Formats: sequence, structure tokens, C-alpha cells
Amino acid sequence: MGHDTPLLYVENLKVYFQRNGAPARAVDGISFGIRKKETVCIVGESGSGKTVSALSILGLVPIPPGNIVDGKIIFSGQNLLTLDEKKMQKIRGNHISMVFQEPLTCLNPVFTIGDQLSEAVRIHKPIDTKALYRYCIQLLNDVGIPSPEQRLSDYPHQLSGGQRQRVMIAMALSCDPDLMIADEPTTALDVTVQAQILELLRSIQQKRSMSVLYISHDLGVVSAIAHWIYVMYAGVIVEQGNTDQIFRSARHPYTQGLLASLPSLSKRGKRLYSIPGSVPNPAYKPTGCPFHPRCPHAILSCREEYPEMCDYGHGHLARCPVLYEKGARSN
Amino acid sequence: MNPTEETTTTQMYTEPLLAPKRTRKQEFMHLLGQNWLAGLGLFIFILFFCCAVTGLLLTSGSKPIFDPAMIRLQEKLRPPLSKPHLELLNPEQIPPLNVYLMGTDDLGRDVFSRMLQGAWVSLTVGFVAVGISVFIGIFMGGIAGYFGQHYIKTVHILFFLCLIGGIGLIIINSIFAGTVLLLLSLSTLVFFFPSGHGSAEKEPPVLKSILMANAVSMDTLIMRIVDIMLCFPSFFLILTVVALLPASIYNIMIVIGLTSWMGTTRFVRAEFLSLREQDFVAAAKALGIGNFRIIFRHIMPNAIAPVLVSATIGIASAILTEAGLSFLGFGVPPPHATWGNILSDGKNFIFDAPWLTFIPGIAILIVVLSFNLFGEGLRDIFNPKLRERH
Repeated sequence: MGHDTPLLYVENLKVYFQRNGAPARAVDGISFGIRKKETVCIVGESGSGKTVSALSILGLVPIPPGNIVDGKIIFSGQNLLTLDEKKMQKIRGNHISMVFQEPLTCLNPVFTIGDQLSEAVRIHKPIDTKALYRYCIQLLNDVGIPSPEQRLSDYPHQLSGGQRQRVMIAMALSCDPDLMIADEPTTALDVTVQAQILELLRSIQQKRSMSVLYISHDLGVVSAIAHWIYVMYAGVIVEQGNTDQIFRSARHPYTQGLLASLPSLSKRGKRLYSIPGSVPNPAYKPTGCPFHPRCPHAILSCREEYPEMCDYGHGHLARCPVLYEKGARSN
Repeated sequence: MNPTEETTTTQMYTEPLLAPKRTRKQEFMHLLGQNWLAGLGLFIFILFFCCAVTGLLLTSGSKPIFDPAMIRLQEKLRPPLSKPHLELLNPEQIPPLNVYLMGTDDLGRDVFSRMLQGAWVSLTVGFVAVGISVFIGIFMGGIAGYFGQHYIKTVHILFFLCLIGGIGLIIINSIFAGTVLLLLSLSTLVFFFPSGHGSAEKEPPVLKSILMANAVSMDTLIMRIVDIMLCFPSFFLILTVVALLPASIYNIMIVIGLTSWMGTTRFVRAEFLSLREQDFVAAAKALGIGNFRIIFRHIMPNAIAPVLVSATIGIASAILTEAGLSFLGFGVPPPHATWGNILSDGKNFIFDAPWLTFIPGIAILIVVLSFNLFGEGLRDIFNPKLRERH
């Protein structure tokens, strides 16, 4: 892994949505990097700004009402936020591609799979018809769809959910992107299909040596594929670390709460933990630490001071000075 | 992958598992067969099309086989299928099949030849007028639906007003004023379009802020134009325009087209508003597909169903409008036959020669009905969402 060269680097990104009244601060200053051949996961509850961060990488945030207030997104040396639409179109699909949450609605219902797949290829590459046909079949083979020749002339409604998601992944792979953004690709699928899709993503990532930005609210899924995890809450990153650090020694009360609310064998027969309260309205976030109204460790200063990242070494950072000081004292 | 491997895997997987596959053409014919009314509509439409084309060939030229303008005063108001009195006619006046298939009118002209000539008029009026209106409708509706949230600046509106005003003035022969307006619009183009602030800094800030202010959204502008157009009683608008312009079939087509695009615009906009938010549009954008390709290749086929239905019904109503205009005497100028003016001529003899009104009337009815049936059928066929799985 090339530790020194991040493929994509997001710095202090702020995306606000202007509605009547106060702007909704959906993404409020996040920074993260993705290295080559690495799988990075962003985890968080619904409404914590995961999807908006992903969309802003591709420049797909609808500009009114959305507004990118601040920040940089550096992808192989250029700031994506300053590129014009024409140049962004060259990046989308070709260098960065995306798999969406709902495979049911992401395919155009009036075109066959073959039409859509071949368009995805042709948009970025000049390729003759025969080669295109063979390439499409090979793509469908790669994502594990049986008898691809038949599937090419099928309409989306004739495929199952898992097959449709495989087609979406094939479309995302079609131009050999450097980075694939997967926005909860398994949420709409059965658990068994989910496992297959995850296995597929992992094998493809290893085979094609591309980076994956995986967005999920499901810690179980994340533990299976992530190299590096960012935990998001209310538009900010509250903790980051590698899979071991996050799952073995979480240092932020929110991450701890998420882990505690995972069902596991050792908790059999006990009531499952849940974090009290819900994600704050992004237009009216609490002052200080955004998590303090739900936090079991909250002290008075949490309400006033915005917490800084505390370094636990080896890249493990958490935005909770209270626990950091407690840990330091007990040592 | 070599070809033999391909075929063996195909056979292994598919043959026991899948229903027989049809090609698209077979699929289309199958669906058409299930909906026999649409099939009937298509059949009548093809028949009408053939009649119109052969009619054009047979009735035009210097010595047409079926001459719609041949006057035989000795043979007026003969009923359908009657034999001509050969002893009364000059050799060139003898009808080609030696029978008046649909009778003759008050000047002894063969109604069959006149119907053939009129069929071509109806066909072209229907298609060209609807072609114009669907083109404008899809364009305007697509822009309003997809780019509706974008605002138009005051300066852009001024530019277009000057441009249109200038062209209009030049057309009605006041060259000087027209040229001034055109130059004005060109100057706004030069000053404001390329950079927006490069040369505009010299202007006083109040003027600049007024000019660069967001005036109306694209959606509001287009839909209010539609509302204004719909306020005019369109038949009377057509009558007025046709009275002003020289009477010709092309003017009628263009005028009908230009006054009937509003329905299509509304349909298309409504469809675009919902389709724009669909995930497959976001997915297409994420693949790097451009806006116009998304509008016309990805969203349009999803929005085409109501447009097709309204277009086929529009063809029918364009044929009706043309017939109405001809009936009132504003349509195609007289020696040329259209179904409307055959009907109009026939109404004076409705008790003596009812075929003169019934034949064109029934022809209009059948063609309009077949278009409507076919339109309804097409909607079901082109929309895979309405089909059952197979």
C-alpha cells in the first residue's frame, strides 16, 4: 500500500443546504483520504451526511438548494470542486464511479441491460460494436451473472434485485475506474445476497486493484471489507482508525454506542442496547460537541467547546477529549 | 473466450431455465396481436398511408390517371358506383375505371379522384403539423422540466426581446428600427454573455445589478408562455393567421403546428419533473453522461408514452382542424381538393346527393378513430412497465 500518496483527499469539506431559515449543515467540515487499492468505509446513522459527502466528490450535489461552502477535494492532483462540468463528466464513470443504494430504481426501465451497459462503456471509450458486445459479456461474467448473453437483451424489471445490483456494479466497473464509491449497495438486498455482493466487491477490488469508498450504516458489513473506517455523526467525523482499532478499542462514545447496539452471541437473552435520542436536525445542531445530548459521558464543557481530534497513535483519532483525559488519568 | 465455449455455456445454463426469447420485432408484433383494436388502428393507418401516397401519384402530373379537376357538367350529381353515359362524354372525360366509384359532385367531378387527392393533404397536414408541435413541445417541456430551477437573468430576457423584435421589424419591412434592435441585442451579447463581469464593471452598479438580477425561473417563463398561448381560442387564432397569410397548405400546417404544442409541453414537463428525481438519472450522471444526452436519451423514452398518445390524437385533431378550415373556405385554395372542402361543397346538396357529405365525413371519422386507437395501443406497447413478466 502506498501510504504516502492518497488517491483522493477531502479536506475540510462543508456542504450546506439552503432552505427557509438556517442552512442545513449536512456536511460540516470533514477531511479524509483514500489511498490506492484501499477500502475506506464511512459509517454513520441516516442523516449524518454520508451520502452528501459521496455525491459532492462526484459533483452531483444539486447546487440550488445545496451549496459547497468550503473545502477541497483533491483527486490525482486536481481539485474536483473547481473543475467545470465538461471536465467533471470525464472524471465521472471514467475515474470515479458510483454504485447507488437502490438497484431497483437505478436502472432505466425502458432500456435493456445491454443498452445501458454498452452506453456506460461507449461514453468514455471509442470501441467498435463487436468488441463492445464481447466486453459487456465479459463484464457481466466478472460480476457473476449467469448466461450473460441472454441477460443483455433483458429489461431491468426482468432481473432480480441482486442481479440488478450486479449489473450496476458492472456499469460502475466498465471504464476501469481508479475509485468506486459504493453508497450502501447492499441495504436493499437480502442478507444472503448481501454477503454475495460483498464477496464480489472484495474480489473485484483485489483483482482490479482499485480503491473503494464504501458508505454504510451497517457495522457488520463494514467489519467484513474495510481497511480504514471513518465514523460520521451529524456531518462531522467523530472517529477514524483501521478496522481493528475501531472494533477492538473504540474511543468515541458514539462509536462505542454503535458497537454496543450490534447483536452478538455473547449478548444472548439480554436486551439490545440502543443510543437514546436521534440524530439532530442539521439546521439546528447543538452547540459544542454535536453528540453531547445523547452522550453518557457528557460533562458541562461538552456543551460549550467544540471537541478537537485526540490522537491515540497509529492513525487512530477520536473527537472526544473527555474519554481521552479519562484514559490518560487511568494510565 | 472462444465461440464454442460460449455456445456450450449458453446451452448449459439457459435452455432448461428460460422461456423462449423473442426478438424485439417479434415482441412488438406479439403485443400488437394481443391488442386487436390497436392492430386494427395500425392496419387502417397503413391503408390510409398507401391510399394517400398512391393518390398523390395517380392524381398529380400534367395528365393524371384520376383527374380530380376534370369537369363533366353533363354528369353532375351521379350516385356512387354508377356507370358513365359514354355517349355524352368526350374521350378524355371518361373516368379511368369506367365507373364513378364514389359518384360525382355538382360539377361532375369524380369524387373518388378528389378523395384520393384530399387524402394526401390530410396525411401531410396531420404529420407535419403534429411533427412541428411535438418537436416544440418536447423541447420546451424538456427544458422546463429538467432545467426548471435555473434562473434567467434580466439581460437575457432583454437580449431575446430585442432579437425577436428586431427580426419581426425587419420582416414587416421597417429595416432601420429592426437593425437598431438587432445591433442592441448583439451588443448585450458581446457585453454580458462571455464573462458577465469583465466589461460590465464600468456600468453604474445599480444598472448592472438590475441587468444581472435573476428575473424568473426557466420553468415559470416557459409555463406562463404556455398559459398565454392556451388563452387564445386556437381555432380563431388559426383563422386570423390564415386570413393574413397567403392561403397555402404549408402555411396551414405550420400554423396548426405552432398553435398546438402546449399540451405536449405540459405532458413532457410533468413527466420530467418526476423522472428528473429518479435514481437512474443520478446514476447516469455518475457515469459521466451529459445533460442533453440524459434529457433526450434517458428521460425522453420514459416520458414518451403520453406524448405519443397526445401526438396520435393530435394528428387526428390536426386533420379535423384542416377539414374545418377548408369547410369554412379558409383552407387549401379551391381547385385543389381536400376532405374538408369536398364536405363543404357537398352540404348544399345534402338531400339530393348525401354521398357528397357522407363519404368525406366517414373517411375523416375512420382515419381519426384509427389514429386514436393506435395511439392508445402504442402507449401500452412502448411501456415495459405495463407489461407482464415473461
